Amino acid sequence: MNSLVAFWSILMKDMKNYYLKPPNISWGIIFPISWTLMFFVRSGSGEVDIRSILPGVMSLSILFGTTSMLAVTITFERKSRSFERLLLSPISLKLLMLAKTTGAILFGIINAFIPVILALLIVDLSGIFWLAVLAGVALIAITSTFLGLFIAVAVNEVFEAQTFSNFFRFPMMFLCGLFIPIENLPVFLRPISFILPLTYGADALKQSINGNGIIVPWLNFLTLLGFAFLLFTISTRNIKKKWIY
Amino acid sequence: MEIIEVSNLSKSFDGFFAVKDIGFFVRKGEVFGFLGPNGAGKTTTINMLTGLARPTSGEIKIAGHDGIKDIKRVQRIIGIVPDESNLYDDLSGYENLVFCSALYGIKKSDREEKAKSLLKQFGLDDTGKRPFKAFSKGMKRKLTIAAGIIHEPEILFLDEPTTGIDVESARQIRRLVKELNNRGTTIFLTTHYIEEAERLCGRIGFIVDGKIVKVGAVDDLMREAQRDHIVEFSLGSRNSPVLEELKSAFQDVSIDQTKNGTVRISSKDKIEIMPFMSFFSSREIAVFEARIIHPSLEEVFVRVTGIEVNKMKNEKEGKKR
Repeated sequence: MNSLVAFWSILMKDMKNYYLKPPNISWGIIFPISWTLMFFVRSGSGEVDIRSILPGVMSLSILFGTTSMLAVTITFERKSRSFERLLLSPISLKLLMLAKTTGAILFGIINAFIPVILALLIVDLSGIFWLAVLAGVALIAITSTFLGLFIAVAVNEVFEAQTFSNFFRFPMMFLCGLFIPIENLPVFLRPISFILPLTYGADALKQSINGNGIIVPWLNFLTLLGFAFLLFTISTRNIKKKWIY
Repeated sequence: MEIIEVSNLSKSFDGFFAVKDIGFFVRKGEVFGFLGPNGAGKTTTINMLTGLARPTSGEIKIAGHDGIKDIKRVQRIIGIVPDESNLYDDLSGYENLVFCSALYGIKKSDREEKAKSLLKQFGLDDTGKRPFKAFSKGMKRKLTIAAGIIHEPEILFLDEPTTGIDVESARQIRRLVKELNNRGTTIFLTTHYIEEAERLCGRIGFIVDGKIVKVGAVDDLMREAQRDHIVEFSLGSRNSPVLEELKSAFQDVSIDQTKNGTVRISSKDKIEIMPFMSFFSSREIAVFEARIIHPSLEEVFVRVTGIEVNKMKNEKEGKKR
């Protein structure tokens, strides 16, 4: 009960202090619109199949929203030493890190549904398996947030967090099958696609929205869970090693 | 009754020992001062006692709990005020206090009431919605202390509580420390202000280069120091041959030249001044001042650590700036 009070307070403080700030809300709206426009320009014909690009826009909205936000906020709190206060509080490290990451996970989930709301205004979205979409979105948000945590633990400065995030995000963006189908990638790049969590997340969304995934859904979900567990375990272990020195 | 017991505690970084094999205890309800120059190992020791650093070896017992294995239980009963404020810049004083108490699982109505009462007690109740980043240094320090005691800890760790703040705020903080201690809180205080330690602490430990060189009750340390009689002369000449001549003429006393050029005579027995005056007069050395020095805790510190107190203060103040 005591720990839950702490968990809730950390989550609420982060939501208020970071995630619900006007710049972040506008980011959540502008980002999917920009991606849709990019696909529109890329199509050349001026016609974009909104429904087919929806999994991509949703996945990238989550990836870019969560990794940056978490890596930057944690690095910022470390620099200002307020993170030390959390480490000195009597809640377990795992619960503390779950409290710190839940805000980013929720932010990612909300970000993912902004393009869906925008799409609902212009196209028919019937026949979508929404429960699977929600599961896919939640798992991408969790995995990306824990990737952000992994990055935050690896760096010392806010600018390093941004740079290091891009080191992971850009290869994932181009190799996860969103822009170029995995089967069209050069043979030597294909194995890399399959070690990236976003590949499984994007495929889960493709499958549940358009029915054109290439991996069986349960494998997508299971792999994402595995990535989440691995990233969280490594990150908390690194925190113990580096921050409780 | 001992509330903190430390034995054979060490912390090394890549083979370098920041703290080496230290041992001491703190009694329940006392103010224990931990004194030493920059880099002596004070903060590393506090970090090990509070769970922010893992000891390389040794044992810590706090209120009967294992301070290494059972640190989360220990963290429930301790409060920590670090040497630099670590509250949230964008939150107001009230929000910061409410948040800090929530970390200890205090229920909402209690933490709101407690936050209001602490703001009042610390004279910060007029700060309203002003964010922490807009507070003055003294106000920040006071709020950080309030955040450290909002869960009513049994032991409070105060790391340099008055460094870098104005005189009035420092006085207020010292008064608050005394009040807290009077209410039964055990206080572990690090400071580089010897006079602050002398005024607040019951017992003191001196740490230098990661090792504890002396631990004792302030009264005992002072008594030890006051066994010596000291007279200091400000002279018109600073040359060493005179000092050497002086030393050979008065072999039953100890003679040194201080950094600011005065000649210091110390002895276990009372010092007769006239023979020295005659000595200086016969060599036509002007004596501007002769004063009796009453040994203070500062004397003990200098003698035990071999470190000039002013140098230590300047280093610390420079670091803060």
